[in-house]
Amino acid sequence: MAIEDDVLVIGGGLAGATAALAAADAAPDVRVRLVTYKQSTLRHASGLIDILGYAPDSPEEGPLVDPFDALSDLPEGHPYERVGSDAVREALAFFDDVAGDAYAGDHTDANALVPTHGGTVKPTARYPVSTADGLASDDRDALLVGFETLPDFEAPLAAAHLEAAGAPFSARGATIPFPGVVRDDAKVTRYAHLLDQDETVTTGAGETGAREALATTVAERLGDESRVGFPAVLGDEHAAEVRADLAAALGADVFEVPMGPPSLPGMRLEDLLYDALEEAGVRVTSGVPVIDYETAEADAVAADGGSGGDRIERVVVDRNGTEIPYRADQYVLATGGLVGKGVRSERERVFEPIFDCHVPHAADRYDWFVDDVFGDQPYARFGLASDRELRPLDADDEPEFSNLRAAGAVLGGYDFAAEKSGAGVSLATGYVAGTRAGEEAE
Amino acid sequence: MATDTEVLVLGGGSTGCGIARDLAMRGLEVTLVERGNLTDGTTGRMHGLLHSGGRYAVSDRASATECIEENEILREIAGHCVEETGGLFVQRPEDSDDYFQEKLEGCRDCGIPARVLSGREAREVEPYLAEDVKRAIEVPDGAVDPFRLCVANAIDAETHGARVETHAEVVDLLRDGDDVYGVEVRHESGPGKRTHAAAGTTEEITAEYVVNATGAWAGEIGAMADLEIEVRPSKGVMTIMNVRQVDTVINRCRPKGDADIVVPHETTAILGTTDEEVSDPDDFPEDQWEVDQMIDTLSELVPILEEARTIRSFWGVRPLYEPPGTGTQDPTDITRDFFLLDHADRDGVSGISSIVGGKFTTYRAMAEEISDHVCEKLGVNASCATADEPLPGSEDIATLEAGMDDFGLRSPVARRSKQRLGSRASEVLETDEANPVICQCEGVTRAEVCDAIDQSGTDLNAVRIRTRASMGNCQGGFCCQNMANELHPEYDEETVRAALDELFQERWKGERHALWGEQLSQAMLNYALHATTMNRDRDPAGEPTTIEFADFDGGA
Repeated sequence: MAIEDDVLVIGGGLAGATAALAAADAAPDVRVRLVTYKQSTLRHASGLIDILGYAPDSPEEGPLVDPFDALSDLPEGHPYERVGSDAVREALAFFDDVAGDAYAGDHTDANALVPTHGGTVKPTARYPVSTADGLASDDRDALLVGFETLPDFEAPLAAAHLEAAGAPFSARGATIPFPGVVRDDAKVTRYAHLLDQDETVTTGAGETGAREALATTVAERLGDESRVGFPAVLGDEHAAEVRADLAAALGADVFEVPMGPPSLPGMRLEDLLYDALEEAGVRVTSGVPVIDYETAEADAVAADGGSGGDRIERVVVDRNGTEIPYRADQYVLATGGLVGKGVRSERERVFEPIFDCHVPHAADRYDWFVDDVFGDQPYARFGLASDRELRPLDADDEPEFSNLRAAGAVLGGYDFAAEKSGAGVSLATGYVAGTRAGEEAE
Repeated sequence: MATDTEVLVLGGGSTGCGIARDLAMRGLEVTLVERGNLTDGTTGRMHGLLHSGGRYAVSDRASATECIEENEILREIAGHCVEETGGLFVQRPEDSDDYFQEKLEGCRDCGIPARVLSGREAREVEPYLAEDVKRAIEVPDGAVDPFRLCVANAIDAETHGARVETHAEVVDLLRDGDDVYGVEVRHESGPGKRTHAAAGTTEEITAEYVVNATGAWAGEIGAMADLEIEVRPSKGVMTIMNVRQVDTVINRCRPKGDADIVVPHETTAILGTTDEEVSDPDDFPEDQWEVDQMIDTLSELVPILEEARTIRSFWGVRPLYEPPGTGTQDPTDITRDFFLLDHADRDGVSGISSIVGGKFTTYRAMAEEISDHVCEKLGVNASCATADEPLPGSEDIATLEAGMDDFGLRSPVARRSKQRLGSRASEVLETDEANPVICQCEGVTRAEVCDAIDQSGTDLNAVRIRTRASMGNCQGGFCCQNMANELHPEYDEETVRAALDELFQERWKGERHALWGEQLSQAMLNYALHATTMNRDRDPAGEPTTIEFADFDGGA
């Protein structure tokens, strides 16, 4: 007996979660299910919500103040062009609603510039509240604090880099031991846990809570600065409380600088999304890969593909070696790009592994890259082409399936890393794909 | 006339560093100059095979005998650079029985311990060998870290008073009539350790005697003093796998051919190679088909290579040479023996010799012979000690392994650190400072990175070759940044940024040849981390335009 739903979303990252939430929101009576295989790539991500940081055709003009202004100039085939700029705004408003007061930035259309752990600044549309006091357009002086045992963030170097970037404030860095961390290679989650639980730690001054001990160590270095930045390890479940306690003890605002993987802001965003999914009544099945599909004719067509415009009848999920059919009316493919493995490659080809949807790419793999590491990389644009309904298109520009839509990094035709548009495209396409799927399933 | 140094060695590869160490140990005043990093030319671009001599046992017995002798010496004096993997010459059903027999007899005639294994026995040693492998000859091939070995020679030369200048390119040979008396070099960032963004300088260095040990570049150096040295550079590709599919060196037992060896090397396995003459050692095509050929052909020996993950490919250039008049067409037929060209005898120009040909395994013997020649020229009576004196790091490996605690490091990290550092481990790792892991893939800690920075300045590629940091699966995507962080505060922000950019681009260079499957996914992740999370591709600190910060969101 197949599992029966109305909308089935494959993929549990930002795009998949948004699609599932949007489907449930658009059609409250439909049954929505989300299946995910591995941990989502959100733990790799900074947790910032970028819409568009640079115009793809003229990045030399510098970061865009208003990302929405530039949407209409995007080339044909760009996911934003497919869904239209109104949908981008609606998707962002939808996200603002889901995120509630966990995110900031919705008071203005202008991008924010957020300091990165490398010391430069990055344009983004929404940011976790934990980073709000760190904005680079804010002209208050800042003390950046790094930890001896956390080599990813060298605070004095980051401070010097911010000044080299022209930030309108003075930044100073200090490196301190983290009270209570005894191992030199503790994971970032250990730092967060110590603060979350306010564990008792031993310092030169005796035993205190981790928050107080950290504040005391920082206070000795604090000068006139009215804000203090830390690498993004300030708690997990109780992050707001940790930040508030540190701020009270220091008499200064406290912010986090987003970090590379594993990223706590990314994980917090993931938690936020999964709480919202539960609240919206979306069924979530995790840890299982989708391995196959069948079309309405019940032909197992799998990897060699069916004819254009077929209707997907059901997909097959592998649960510990047992093949279980999942049937739905509408499907959303949100399995990620090259990083999330929604797009894969071999020496001779680039492909989408579940439905074998067409992925445009050069035949010769030496045309997949350029020699400058930050040049205009063709591989960064790998992914599915789609119509304006976000249905993946085959090599003849016909929809691959009538009831399959794609969202997020599995879509091609844009370079999210260069544009700083990854989260925005996931939101906009997830929102549109989910909404349409919900409406059609009704 | 007073000179700056007694002997000037040109070239910081294994031969040059070996000569510098040998002469310095004999008490001579030595200066070595190298265009790039140590190992930048041929030495850093080899497959890491410590030859048993088996490879040459049929075609080039003089080289074979020399290899096994040096192989045994290096195990003694450079234990921390050598892994005694053993090697197999593997015969497939289509490979000739006669050649197999010739190889076996050749090994025995040259004093190379050799034993025949049945196909089944060979697969017991290496389970991933193809099922139809017929039989194999077991020989004492090994794996050697050319970076570590070359650097150890340079460090020991310095300990014995030598001056070693990297990033010092020879721009002219100083010749007065029929005498070469020195060189002019261009220091990329002034003499001493390299510092990014520091201004360059030039320097004339005079010497009583000059040794041209620049290998494939020997002809270009010679031309600066109108000396004709006809080296025949020959390129070869190597492809690096992300894990060790084999723990033994696997050679194909057939006369000659491309893609016939797999060398386990640290955490990786290296597939090699091709042999094709090129006209310019600095500019030759790096072709896709060469990479594909490595995988396709070697999969006949080790079938899982077909599906395995490669992390990068690189090309090296052999400094082949044969005496004039031999007329060999195929570079694989040119002897691997080396030649000392005394330009006084050959060209009537005194004060300089060139050393060409040869191979990594016999670098020490080459250095000994050249050093003897130099001593004779300078009338110095001193004998060679390099066959007996261990290199720094290899002085007392057995005691080290037995008695050393783990410096507070998790055991895999400690084990790998100790392997790399050898007897220097205590000196480097014993620290009261926090010592977190900087490179997760290779288990390299801050103390080891800082030790390498002390040796080499802001050149993170020099740090890389000393530590292996950034050489694992992620190819630096996760750790380049952390390596650069360790340069601060000794070096300023702009210098650190330039050093990071250089390393990140260098890591990309080799990775481009491995861009499919898992490694393409890794490349995209690396790109996303550096471009998206850090915005390093549009870093305003490096851009000409300034940002109007006030126009952006300043907070609610």
